[in-house]
Amino acid sequence: MRRALGLWRAGVLLAVLVGVWELYVDAGGADSLILPAPHSVATALYDDRGLLWSNFLVTAEEILLGIVVAALGALLIASLMHFFITVRRASLPLLIASQTIPIPMLAPVLVLWLGFGLLPKVIVVAMVSFFSIVVTTLAAFSAIDPDLIKLMRTFDASRWRTFRHVELPAALPGVFTGAKIAVIVAVIGAVFAEQSGANAGLGYLFEQSIPQLLTARAFATVVILSLFAIALFTLLNLAERLTLPWAHRPIGDPIQ
Amino acid sequence: MPAEGVKRPMIEAPPQEPGERERTGGVRVQSVSRTFATRAGPVTALDGMSLHAGQGEIVAVVGPSGSGKTTLLELICGLQRPDGGVIEAAPAALMPQRDLLLPWLGALDNATLALRSRGISRVQARAAAQPWLERFGLQEFAATRPAELSGGMRQRVSFLRSLLAGKPVLALDEPFAALDAITRAEMQSWLAQMLSDEPRTVVLVTHDVEEAVVLGDRVVVMSPRPGRAVAEVEVALPRPRRRTDPALTALRERVYRALGMPE
Repeated sequence: MRRALGLWRAGVLLAVLVGVWELYVDAGGADSLILPAPHSVATALYDDRGLLWSNFLVTAEEILLGIVVAALGALLIASLMHFFITVRRASLPLLIASQTIPIPMLAPVLVLWLGFGLLPKVIVVAMVSFFSIVVTTLAAFSAIDPDLIKLMRTFDASRWRTFRHVELPAALPGVFTGAKIAVIVAVIGAVFAEQSGANAGLGYLFEQSIPQLLTARAFATVVILSLFAIALFTLLNLAERLTLPWAHRPIGDPIQ
Repeated sequence: MPAEGVKRPMIEAPPQEPGERERTGGVRVQSVSRTFATRAGPVTALDGMSLHAGQGEIVAVVGPSGSGKTTLLELICGLQRPDGGVIEAAPAALMPQRDLLLPWLGALDNATLALRSRGISRVQARAAAQPWLERFGLQEFAATRPAELSGGMRQRVSFLRSLLAGKPVLALDEPFAALDAITRAEMQSWLAQMLSDEPRTVVLVTHDVEEAVVLGDRVVVMSPRPGRAVAEVEVALPRPRRRTDPALTALRERVYRALGMPE
């Protein structure tokens, strides 16, 4: 109920913005080939629903797989960095440097190397998502109370058992936090990867629509991508609530 | 390990090298000093601190904030080494000030942490802890996570967790400081009862003078930093003790005087 109440305000704001956009285009403020009116975008969403859906499935798979790969890899790397100070000192600067490689430059190389299929897209999505998950997971590790580690020492716990029983579970919420932050860049990464060479996907469809002057269809792909990002964020919140009910706080939930 | 006269399931301490301190099961702290390097220069937490706890004895340590009480416990638990002096202590388990229960585990699994730390399987550890949970009046809360337990229940689980470490010495660091006054008084009576059923050598650090005289066989009073023992008060009163007992009140007054503050 409270959620529904929160949502109507967002709905009103959205309606106002869309209304202004509609009036602007209808009044001749912009060429409809450059900026289609909302009603044309809505028409495209309906008319091209089959096309959009099949391409959406391709992109969704890339993004979901990419985030899962990034989360698992980030948990592993963050654990090693937490365990071994040498690993942290050696890899953190490289990790930061790796984030400065522009995806539009990297993606074509990966496509040339690995082909037009799923793999290069998953790698790009994982690469752009990876860093934020490593950072939040490391933060979760360092937020562990040092007194808890002392307690484990008086229980004669080995380093590994301390990790398994105390540190690893305490770090898992950090993985979710990082994945939620990564959702937005993951969507952008997938679009870039598809534009570098693909034969399906919403990014590919966007790329194809512009030269065909199907601007409304291009806008429809953007609408779907935005909705997907919100859905993915909500999905991650849901997954966190189910797997780590002790840790879930509904902070940052877009629908609340 | 007190092995004789045990009626209830007992968690054995892991095998230790036999020696004087294991046989006695006590704690002896002799002229210990400990200095920390801080950004503002060296800080001496303890200087010439001495304390003795015989097997099964409950020694309460009271002192003003910053008198090195927590440092003392960490030294007894072997978490730190003294810069000077001698510490002879049987293996000790810590019970920290805040309960530090793991938020993702229920009360039963939290209580088994020390057992799991020694590599005992989940099934065996649960079986060993279950009867204790019942004794602690927590059987209905076996699966309840700490966030849904009351402060008093959390401290009971925390105490059970340290007890199940099976060590002859318990180092209790202001165990009830975070509780409200009524719950704290209840928990003190409860702890006194538990320790008379299940005797351990206890070093109890507190800044609550009443807690010290209600629970302790002896009260050691520490000076402000650098901490050392300035007085020792014997509490030769029968148990269970009543807080309103005039003899107890008189002892409380003696401890306050030793702390340098007339009540």
